Amino acid sequence: MNNDGCETPIRVPSAPFRPGESASFEEWSYSPSDLMMPDPLSCEPKDTIPHSTGLIRVLGDDGSRSGDWDPVISDSDLLIGLEHMVRLRIFDDRMMKMQRTGKLSFYMRSLGEEAIAIAQTMALEKQDWIFPTYRQPGAQFVRGRDMVSMICHCIGNVEDNVKGRQMPVHYTYREGRYISVSSPVGTQFSQAVGVAMASAYKGLDEVTITWIGDGASAEGDYHYALNFASVFRPPVILNVVNNQWAISTHANLASGSSTFADRGLAYDVPCLRVDGNDFLALYSVTKWARDRASAGLGATHIEVLTYRAGAHSSSDDPTRYRPSDEPDVWPGGDPIHRLRDHLISVGAWTEEKHRDLEGRIDSEVMAAYKEAVKFGDLAQGPYPSSDTIFTEVYSDVPWHLQEQWDEMNRLGGD
Amino acid sequence: MVQAVNSALDNMLSKDEDVLVFGEDVGYFGGVFRTTDGLQEKHGAHRVFDTPLSEGGIAAIAFGMGLNGLKPVCEIQFADYIFPAYDQIVNEIAKLRHRSGGEFWTPITIRTPAGGGIRGGHHHSQSPESQFTHTPGLKVVYSSTPYNAKGLLISAIESEDPVIVFEPKRCYRGPFYGDPHKVPTWSGHPEAEVPDVHYTVPIGEARLVNEGNDCTVIAWGTMVHVCEEGIRQSGASCDLIDLQSLIPWDREAVVRSVKKTGRCVIVHEAPKTSGYGAEMAASVQERCFWSLEAPVTRVTGWDTPFPHTTEWDYMPSPQRIAEAIRGALEG
Ligand SMILES: Cc1ncc(C[n+]2csc(CCOP(=O)(O)OP(=O)(O)O)c2C)c(N)n1
Ligand SMILES: [Mg+2]
Repeated sequence: MNNDGCETPIRVPSAPFRPGESASFEEWSYSPSDLMMPDPLSCEPKDTIPHSTGLIRVLGDDGSRSGDWDPVISDSDLLIGLEHMVRLRIFDDRMMKMQRTGKLSFYMRSLGEEAIAIAQTMALEKQDWIFPTYRQPGAQFVRGRDMVSMICHCIGNVEDNVKGRQMPVHYTYREGRYISVSSPVGTQFSQAVGVAMASAYKGLDEVTITWIGDGASAEGDYHYALNFASVFRPPVILNVVNNQWAISTHANLASGSSTFADRGLAYDVPCLRVDGNDFLALYSVTKWARDRASAGLGATHIEVLTYRAGAHSSSDDPTRYRPSDEPDVWPGGDPIHRLRDHLISVGAWTEEKHRDLEGRIDSEVMAAYKEAVKFGDLAQGPYPSSDTIFTEVYSDVPWHLQEQWDEMNRLGGD
Repeated sequence: MVQAVNSALDNMLSKDEDVLVFGEDVGYFGGVFRTTDGLQEKHGAHRVFDTPLSEGGIAAIAFGMGLNGLKPVCEIQFADYIFPAYDQIVNEIAKLRHRSGGEFWTPITIRTPAGGGIRGGHHHSQSPESQFTHTPGLKVVYSSTPYNAKGLLISAIESEDPVIVFEPKRCYRGPFYGDPHKVPTWSGHPEAEVPDVHYTVPIGEARLVNEGNDCTVIAWGTMVHVCEEGIRQSGASCDLIDLQSLIPWDREAVVRSVKKTGRCVIVHEAPKTSGYGAEMAASVQERCFWSLEAPVTRVTGWDTPFPHTTEWDYMPSPQRIAEAIRGALEG
C-alpha cells in the first residue's frame, strides 16, 4: 500500500521513513553566512522571507562560529548555558529512572532539545514571562529554580508546589515568571498574546515568550495567537518547535506549508527559521525578537528546527513508528556537543573540564533526588493530604464543596 | 476491550466502503491505546489515517464527510481533549438535521477514551458525558466491557445520528474493581467473549449486570465494575444496571427495577453538580415516588478538578458505594 497519497483518492502524507527503512537526511546545505541579520528596528515582515525558508545558524558543522547572526555573548555566559544543558540532560535521565522504578507516574524528556528554552531564556530579561510547554523545563534552571522542588513536583509528593494535582513535568514557578504548564496542547500560545497585551497596556518593558510543538501548531490556538498578535502587535515571541514528531505523527501531517516559519508571513509578522540545536543562533534570534518587541514593534514568529531524539514520553515507544537510527542521522547533531566542541575549539573549555562538570552535576542531581524523596515518592508516599482536592478550586470554599469535603473526611480520607 | 473496539472498526470498514477511521496517531501507529492497530495496513491509508493535531478540525471534517454521505468514525485521543471540538459538536453536528429542516444530517461517530484511574491528573481523567447528554441532537453511549464496547460502537456507526462513544480507558485492558493495586485482565470475564463477527448492542437499552431485591444501583463505564465490588461489600442484594446508553436511556429498565427495590443509588465518576446522575435521580423521583422507601442518592466524583496523586480519594470507591447502599437500606 502506497501511503504517499499519490495512489489514493485523498492525499494522506506519511512519514519519510518508517521502521525497517534506513533514515537519511540530506546534509544541510545551510551555512552560517547564508542569511544577513536585518536591523531589528526597521525590518519589515516581508524582509524576512529568506529567513523563513532558509535556516539561521551560527555554529558551523566544524564547530566554529560565524555569520551575521553571531551574537555578542561572553564565553562565561556560554559556559553557564552549557552547564544548564548538561544539568537538564542528567536531570532527565534521573527522572526517567525514577519513572521506571515507580517513583513517579510519568515523564517527558527534552533530549536533543535542551538548547532551546535555555538559550532563549538566557536571551531575555528577568521580568519577561515564560509560557512553556512540557518540553521547556530548562528555562527554570536559567531562572534559578531549586531542583529539589522540581523533583517534588514530578513525584507529586507533600512538597509539590502544585500539591499533587497535575501530572509530572507540569511545572509552575511563579517566582521565575514561568507559567503553569497545562496538558491540552497549544492553549498557552494564544494566552501568551494576552499576557503580552497586558504588559503593553500597563506600559511595562516585559516581553512574553511562548512555544508550541509542530503537532500542536495545527490547533486553532496557534492561529488565534498569530492573528491577535498581528492585529494588536503586543510584545510576544511565538516559537514553533519543529522536532519532526508529534507522538507518532510526522510533522508533514501538521501542515502542508513549505516550512513552519513562513506561515507567519501571511499574518504580517516577521518570521525566522533557526537551527534549534545551535545555542548561539537561538540566543541571537531571541535577542533580535526581544529588541523588536520591546521597541513596540510586536511579535516575531520563529520556527525552531530540531529533532525529538527520545521517546515522546515514558509511555511511548518510538521504534514502533520510526527507524531506530533516525535520531543519529539527524543533521543538526547534539546541541550539547556542538556548544561544548565550540568552546573547546576556542580554548574556553576542555574535555576534562566537561567530564568534571558532568560528574559534578551528576552528584548535584543525585543529592537533589535523595532530598526530594524524603518528602515521599509515588510508590511509598506520603502523598499530599486529600484535603488538597478541595482547596483552591475557587478563591473561597462554597457550601456545596464544603459539604463534599466533610463527607470525604467522614469517610476516611487521610 | 481494545481488541473489541478494533474488531468493531474492522467489521465496519470491511462491510461499508463509506466508513473511514481517523484521528491523532490513529493511522500508522494504531492509536495511543492501540485500538486501531493494524487497520491502516489492512484497509488502506485513505480509509484509516492520522490527522493533524486538531480536535476542532477533526470534528469539523467529520461533519463535512458525514454530510456528504460518508460514515466517519473519528477518535479524540482523550475525552479531556474533546473541548477544542466542542463548538463543532454542540452547535454544528448536533443541530444540523434540525436546523436544515431535515434536509441535511451528519451521521458521524466520535470515539473517545474517558474516565480516571490511570494517574492522568486533570487532563487525562475527566468523564465529560453530561456535557454532551445536555446537548439535544447527540446520542451518547458509554461502554464498560469488551462485549458492549464492540456492540455499541457498531450501533453508533450504523446510526443515522451523530453518536459520542465514551470508552472507559481504565478498563481497556481489564475490569477495575476499585483497588488500584489489583490489575486483573479481561480473561475469564463473562463479558469478554467477543464474537469476531458483526453484532450490535442497541442504543437505548440498559444491561442488568446483577439481580437483587434490596436496592437499585445505576452506573456506567468503569463504575459498573466498582459498583459490583461496592455491592459485595455492602452485603445487600442489588439490581446493578449498566446504563450503557445515556441518550436515549432505558428509563423503563430503571423504573421497573426501582419499583421493585424501592431504593436507588446512582454512581458516576464525573462531578456531582449537573452530572448525569441528577437526571436519573429526577426521573426516578418523577416515576417511582410512591414506591420509594429511601431518598435517591448519588455517589460521584467531587465537584473539583480531577487530581493526580490523590486520585483514589477522588474516584468513587467501593467503600463509598457500599456505605450509600447501606444508607439507602436504613432509609
Ligand atoms: C488538545 C490536546 N490533544 C491531544 C493531546 C495529546 N498529546 C499530548 S502531546 C501530543 C503531541 C504533541 O506534539 P508536538 O506539538 O509536536 O509537541 P512535542 O511533543 O513534539 O514537543 C499529543 C497528541 C493533548 N495533550 N492535548
Ligand atoms: Mg513535535
